[in-house]
Amino acid sequence: MPAAYFDHNATTPLAPAAWEAMRAAYFEQFGNASSIHRQGQAAKALLEAARESVAELLGARPAEIVFTSGGTEADNLAIQGIAALHPGGHLVTTQIEHPAVLNTCRELEQRGWSVTYLPVNAQGLVSAEDVRQALRPDTALVSVMMANNETGVIQPIEEIAAVTRAAKVALHVDAVQGAGKLPIDVRRLSCDLLSISGHKLYGPQGTGALYVRRGTRLQPLFYGGHHERERRAGTENVPGLAGLGAAARLAAAELASEAARLTELRDRFERAVLATIPLARVIGAGAPRVPNTSNICFPHVEGEALVIALDLAGFCVSTGAACSSGAVEPSHVLLAMGLPRHEARSCLRFSFGRSSDWPQIEALLAALAAAVERLRALSPGWQPDREPAEARA
Amino acid sequence: MSGAITVIAMSGGVDSSTAAALLHAQGEPLVGMTMQLWNQRRLAGLPGMPQPARGRCCSLEDVHDARRVAEQLGIPHYVVNYEESFERDVVAAFAAEYRAGRTPVPCSRCNTHVKFAAFAATARRLGATRIATGHYARVSRDPAGNRYELRRAVDAAKDQTYFLWGLTQEQLAVACFPLGEKHKREVRALAAGLGLRVADKPDSHEICFVPGTDYAAFLDAYAAERGEDPEPGGELVSTDGRVLGRHRGVHHFTVGQRKGLGIAAGRPLYVLRIEAKTRRVVVGQDAELLHRTLVARGAHWIAGAPPSAPVRVEARIRNRHAPAPAWAEPLPGGGLRVVFDQPQRAITPGQAVVLYQEDLVLGGAWIDAAA
Repeated sequence: MPAAYFDHNATTPLAPAAWEAMRAAYFEQFGNASSIHRQGQAAKALLEAARESVAELLGARPAEIVFTSGGTEADNLAIQGIAALHPGGHLVTTQIEHPAVLNTCRELEQRGWSVTYLPVNAQGLVSAEDVRQALRPDTALVSVMMANNETGVIQPIEEIAAVTRAAKVALHVDAVQGAGKLPIDVRRLSCDLLSISGHKLYGPQGTGALYVRRGTRLQPLFYGGHHERERRAGTENVPGLAGLGAAARLAAAELASEAARLTELRDRFERAVLATIPLARVIGAGAPRVPNTSNICFPHVEGEALVIALDLAGFCVSTGAACSSGAVEPSHVLLAMGLPRHEARSCLRFSFGRSSDWPQIEALLAALAAAVERLRALSPGWQPDREPAEARA
Repeated sequence: MSGAITVIAMSGGVDSSTAAALLHAQGEPLVGMTMQLWNQRRLAGLPGMPQPARGRCCSLEDVHDARRVAEQLGIPHYVVNYEESFERDVVAAFAAEYRAGRTPVPCSRCNTHVKFAAFAATARRLGATRIATGHYARVSRDPAGNRYELRRAVDAAKDQTYFLWGLTQEQLAVACFPLGEKHKREVRALAAGLGLRVADKPDSHEICFVPGTDYAAFLDAYAAERGEDPEPGGELVSTDGRVLGRHRGVHHFTVGQRKGLGIAAGRPLYVLRIEAKTRRVVVGQDAELLHRTLVARGAHWIAGAPPSAPVRVEARIRNRHAPAPAWAEPLPGGGLRVVFDQPQRAITPGQAVVLYQEDLVLGGAWIDAAA
């Protein structure tokens, strides 16, 4: 039985067009993009075409795109690259960032920078006013994600950009969960740096890009050849990036129609869940969200067990966070939104994508309702007519 | 997958891996789960703790091994998080016992409070009708078929019933120990024959969440992390009350200990008892460690009710102790008195006394004092 996949925020299957571009790059136009000869030129042509496609998706100039090994490297390059130019300076980020940003900031804290981690409200939103108040004379960078990976909640980047622009502080946007789901125009956002990842938009794993606004100074993470305008040494992963370019073209072409389709599917899914499963509630429902993401709390259900039960039934979903061993930990995002620990442990993320359709979601709904009922039936605290015991205590 | 399944707790070691392979070979619908119990990085770098973190419990290598064995068998595998329950029910209790001058048995509490409690509950919610582990022990039914019995493993050297005496009838009803009839060398041979990648992995003996063997350093780091005051030191005294020296906290000692007392004497001195209230550690001669009687509390009788009269048993007072003939007498309020035929050395408060008749485990209790 092929599994039904509802975890597109973790990774997406490769688009056939991306694979076709990669296949050609591996077997026909292979080469080192730095070589002088024709094979090198062929590879260079693929690389620059990919750069144009990614630039197009983001509203950037091709020369402003630095290719990386993924979203994590793009985030590190942005944050460490700016911080390195301001030794011991101050950084502002939020409590709900992806570990790629959060742990980079924590490491910099260890090394002598100071970091402000802004809170979010109950809907998971950062406030631009909080950003303004956090700024100090020595603030080097503000880093805020475009859309949260666990809840899909979209942050007010334009308002935040107005604050950083007025203060002449660099702004980095982790757009890994935004790219391909939301229209992005870096000119309109007026950010200085913006990260994307290939495998979240049907490109290959191991590819990513950082938009670096023209004129932005940035210290590289490591040293070697003169690749990527001296910002990222190392022979480019041309086949992977050709795949990323193809995926970016496809994402740009399908963005509007796919967003509308997924919004409708997702909203219909949520209505059905709320109508059939007692006490279920949608996290971040009052905030703008990306079209494909639904995070739902099922009180009195251990999220970890629910993920396993659904997997055994053939449905791939996820809880927010896993530690290095793969065990589930209460999500720092949900805790920051004010959920008590026991509720943060009861939330599941469903993230839909190109392969999702209503018959598949109907099957998920049936399995979900059955699993929740079974897990609750054996849960000591579960009494349908009463509030959770923990909530009263 | 639907219908009845067996969940096997897979640590990544040779025993649970082989147990999984045996059940799988029998055609059991099987799901492997590895418990994440303790984060070794938590106390890394605190005084006395290794930096970077080292340890056995829930190491990434063990989880990796468990996952690879499950892949090899073709069974689903999940890592499940019981860190909160493990800390509350096992680690915190371990620390409290040492502070109270006792020497705890964390593996017993882990089996009864985590593995066959929270973990088993999750497994049952997922549809499991049996919870399997790689323990060396056996479960049987009594002749009338009314009750479950716990019995020693065929391999006496590997028998782990000392850590399983707390299991209830409900827990035994779902417990499955595929290795109970096997000898360790058979298990290793089976693992090798199946090509299991863990066939040569060394056995683990120490307490899983303590890096190395320095329990006191672990307890100091754990207290520091929780913002608790360090253990106050106290006096080392002779049986007649003479002060022989000072010590750095009662948690450095266990009954029968000879090393690390820090006092020079003509003859070897041993810890005879630990008086937590006065912080005094009483030391004396080897012969003074011998006692015929112990009293214990929190008695658990596997058959359900305590016997109405003293019973003839063989009693084991620590894991590596050869069970010795004794009379066991239930006391009111869940107490137990055990009178051995011959004096036993270093009866240690905090350890369990486990009662056997032949290979049958009657139950056990927590040792309070030698008398």
